Amino acid sequence: MNERIVQLLLLTVLLGGWQIAAVTGTIDRFFFPAPADIAVQVWRWITDPSFYRHVGVTVGETALGYLLGTASGIACGIWLGLSPKAARVLDPFIKAFNAIPRVVLAPIFVLWFGLGWGSKIALAATLVFFITFFNAIQGVREVNPAVLANARILGADSAALLRHVYFPAAASWILSSLRTSVGFAVVGAIIGEYLGASAGLGYLIAQAEGNFNSVAVFAGISVLAVFVLAVDKMLDVLENALITWRPSTQSGSVRT
Amino acid sequence: MVALNDVTMAFGDFVAVEGVNIDVADGEFLAVVGPTGCGKSTILNAIAGLLEPRKGEVHIDGRRVSGVQRNVGYLFQQDALLPWKTALENIELGLQFRGMSSEERRARSLEWLAKVGLKHFGDRYPHQLSGGQRKRVQMAQALIIDPSVILMDEPFSALDIHTRHLMQNELLRLWHERPRAVVLITHDLEEAIALGDRVIVLAAGPRSRVIDSFPIELDRPRDVAEIKLHPKFTELYRRIWASLRGEVEKSYARHE
Repeated sequence: MNERIVQLLLLTVLLGGWQIAAVTGTIDRFFFPAPADIAVQVWRWITDPSFYRHVGVTVGETALGYLLGTASGIACGIWLGLSPKAARVLDPFIKAFNAIPRVVLAPIFVLWFGLGWGSKIALAATLVFFITFFNAIQGVREVNPAVLANARILGADSAALLRHVYFPAAASWILSSLRTSVGFAVVGAIIGEYLGASAGLGYLIAQAEGNFNSVAVFAGISVLAVFVLAVDKMLDVLENALITWRPSTQSGSVRT
Repeated sequence: MVALNDVTMAFGDFVAVEGVNIDVADGEFLAVVGPTGCGKSTILNAIAGLLEPRKGEVHIDGRRVSGVQRNVGYLFQQDALLPWKTALENIELGLQFRGMSSEERRARSLEWLAKVGLKHFGDRYPHQLSGGQRKRVQMAQALIIDPSVILMDEPFSALDIHTRHLMQNELLRLWHERPRAVVLITHDLEEAIALGDRVIVLAAGPRSRVIDSFPIELDRPRDVAEIKLHPKFTELYRRIWASLRGEVEKSYARHE
């Protein structure tokens, strides 16, 4: 409780100081707009129904990019985890692709998939893919050999092994990286929108920037921060619901 | 019944066991003792079909072992339960892999759950159970498919002494209900004598082989904690230890 008060105090001092400095002209309002102006801009957005179209677009792109990236990451990860030979052959290619900073792919995706959802989903998916992929490979490779032998003795054929052993083992690794990968999906969608789009939060920020409207840029940043925090909170709930079998969920409940 | 004919197990240049002949009659409880690293576990894995012998053959009930066997129950030293499945789901796995309908296998596994004294723990995940409880689940999991051979690889070595006695008695009780061929691997001579009908001694590895065989003529049913006070028990212990001791010393000399 004490910490909460300190946090609140810190926020008040920070925002208050900023506001005063902006109003008195100590800092240039053009570059550092007053918090009150930013708040007004945010308020204007959230009371405007058309704003939610932008939020919806970003959420949709993030979700689809995430799903696509995770699904292909899991499939490739499990495949290469189970087939060491294929993994050895493809290893240099994977390393090379992983070495490419994904952000530079954004303009190419815009060329390939246009200014609509496609390019954003592709960017988000490539960002997510490698995280999921490496986790899935790791999950499959680190299956406890005793658990594997036990399942085989109990009569599991390869399909059953995949379903009951490899997949859950990989899934637990993937779930533990859920937060990071959703974060990347958001980044992918936003960067895609920022570079070329007609809707979305990234587009709002890019547009504001084009008009030298720093108030809206800061407002956009604030909205994004809240957006990511909300996603994070949702993941907390999802993670705890999905991996009930792990000891960590108990220590997780201690965290507030 | 289980028969090993002149079995040699090797990994590359390393020969773990060589020319091993073992016969286990139906309903016979065979305990195998030997120094650490003498290849005891590879023998079990050969019977289970997890490993192919370099030379020689393994037969179960007259049929040659090739590939993973479906009529054996295997109790592992490590935790071999699937951590993402509850106790009940773990117990019913063998039946599930055999294609039994979900109502039928649920009913059977509930029976087994009660049989191993875990009636109220069916929906617990392995990490929520104690070491002893996990062993109980493993026993039920291995025995529910009614295997003709039970293989045990130092199954109780990780348990504290009281839990171990409890589990050993539990095991004997289940085995008495329906006696079948058992091969128990252990480095604990007391355990071997207390449980077995016969104790065989393996030489120090590599190129380990069977060097001695002792019938254990102690009355059944036995209580493992009490039988250790029996004069016959002490006498057997002395005789088998005389045989085992040299091998243990050899094994230490080789490893240091």
